[in-house]
Amino acid sequence: MIEVSGLSKLYGPRAAISNLEFKIEAGEIVGFLGPNGAGKSTTMKILTGFMPASAGIARVAGFDVFDEPVAVKRNVGYLPEIPPVYPEMVVEDYLSYAARLHEVPKNKLKNAVDRAIERTGLTQVRKRIIGNLSKGFQQRVGLAQALVHEPKVLILDEPTVGLDPVQIIEIRELIKGLAGQHTVILSSHILPEVTATCQRIIVINKGQIVAQDSIERLTTRMRQGLLFHLDVKDPNPAGVDSIRNVPGVKQVDIEGNRLLVELLPDGAGQRDRIVEAAVLSKMGVLEFAAEKLSLEEVFLQLTTQEGNT
Amino acid sequence: MKLGFNFKKSWTIASKDYRTYFTSPIAYIVIAGFLILMGWMFFFNLSHFNLQSLQYKQFGMGKGMSLTDGLIRPLYGNMNVILLFLVPFVTMRLFAEEKKMQTLQLLLTAPLTLGEIIVGKFLSAFLLVATMVLLTLVYPIVLIVFGNPDPGVIFTSYLGTLMLTGCYVSMGVLFSSMTENQIVAGALTFAAGLFFWLVNWASQSAGPVFSDFLDYLSLIQHYNNFSQGIIDTTDVVFYLSFTGLGLFITHRVLDSYRWR
Repeated sequence: MIEVSGLSKLYGPRAAISNLEFKIEAGEIVGFLGPNGAGKSTTMKILTGFMPASAGIARVAGFDVFDEPVAVKRNVGYLPEIPPVYPEMVVEDYLSYAARLHEVPKNKLKNAVDRAIERTGLTQVRKRIIGNLSKGFQQRVGLAQALVHEPKVLILDEPTVGLDPVQIIEIRELIKGLAGQHTVILSSHILPEVTATCQRIIVINKGQIVAQDSIERLTTRMRQGLLFHLDVKDPNPAGVDSIRNVPGVKQVDIEGNRLLVELLPDGAGQRDRIVEAAVLSKMGVLEFAAEKLSLEEVFLQLTTQEGNT
Repeated sequence: MKLGFNFKKSWTIASKDYRTYFTSPIAYIVIAGFLILMGWMFFFNLSHFNLQSLQYKQFGMGKGMSLTDGLIRPLYGNMNVILLFLVPFVTMRLFAEEKKMQTLQLLLTAPLTLGEIIVGKFLSAFLLVATMVLLTLVYPIVLIVFGNPDPGVIFTSYLGTLMLTGCYVSMGVLFSSMTENQIVAGALTFAAGLFFWLVNWASQSAGPVFSDFLDYLSLIQHYNNFSQGIIDTTDVVFYLSFTGLGLFITHRVLDSYRWR
């Protein structure tokens, strides 16, 4: 549904994105993840046909964004960072306006608006003036605007920014519900957001893709070696030394009463020897468990690695 | 790239923006201000005309003044000056407000061409100004009921005024597209309008060719024929091309934003 290759955008001499390469299949929900200023919004603006790229090709729903921007726009629903709503308009009038701009035929107009209102939970406010609504409702009106013409592709730029936790969960559920019917790209700099809604993530940092994979695969891939933690009552130095001497142990770090034990890739079979060493040195073992690298750490690892090289 | 133009889409924008004028105080204030000023002008011009034509008769100077010269021409001349002041208040929000509120993205990411957007915006403001101009038709109706004015001159006065208004609105659209500050857009529109109004003042001290050129550029110079009941294609072409040029430059300005 979306194909991007060699995509670059220069602002003067500064490259906002360089040489992006990715593919998104129909019905997928993909998250763009990256710190602020990584080039997420730029990429999205190019995909909507709004902004031309400096180099490279992007095709959305089979149309080139540069050669046929109007055809691309017909197939895309876009929610910018700030929802493009007119504060003086009534919700349903606004949605009907957005639908007409997106060429929804007159006889289907009412249905399209009703459906968008229903899907985004705006029924109770449909006759109210947008300017009087809370930020959460305004965001939903923005989302309804992107949905109203039933586009093949939905591009959502930070759809939950500025919402309260309850509203965030509602919007996430809503986006998850779109899978299959629409291809969705959403951007975020918040990890739980992406883990909660997306099937696949593309991590962007400084205008380049640093990783793209499913969430599970990305987490496991990043677990270089195996990391365990050992909670003890008394982390005495002799005991720590004896754990260090267990074959297969790469290194041991002490954080208060917690020992972080990193094993070599073939050291997984030595776990009982570690516990044995700890018990023999009378450290008072409380807990021994595998340390899971959260996506947050993966993200940090990816983006800081990039910064170092 | 196909350069199709779908007027229906422009109309969608125009009718929405036209209605927006009436959901805010802008339309009411501008129209009320305009009608009050015009009402006062009409009353003042009419009583002045009555007095003068009475004096003409007392001193035996023929049938008195004609309504065209004594009332209609000064009345619509004044109307054009008032419009010069008021049109910037109508046009300043067109693009500037959408930029400030970040709603322009809705239009720019919808399947519309820039031309369709610009024509829609132009029409919304032009129709509002035309609405208030046509509300003044009540004055010529009064004249027709109680007097004997030349309907041709009235018609060409309205035609000329509307074409001149098109030029004002076109400049307003242009300056509104250049900034997200409505005050700046309004001030520039007014300054530019005044400049093209007065540009031929310099023609007296300019050389023969240049003075003709300055006269040709002046917006008001082209209105003179209309006020005398003459429709000259030179004037029509000037007004239409002035309007078209403003909208064309707007197109270039908005297009350039995509590349930044």
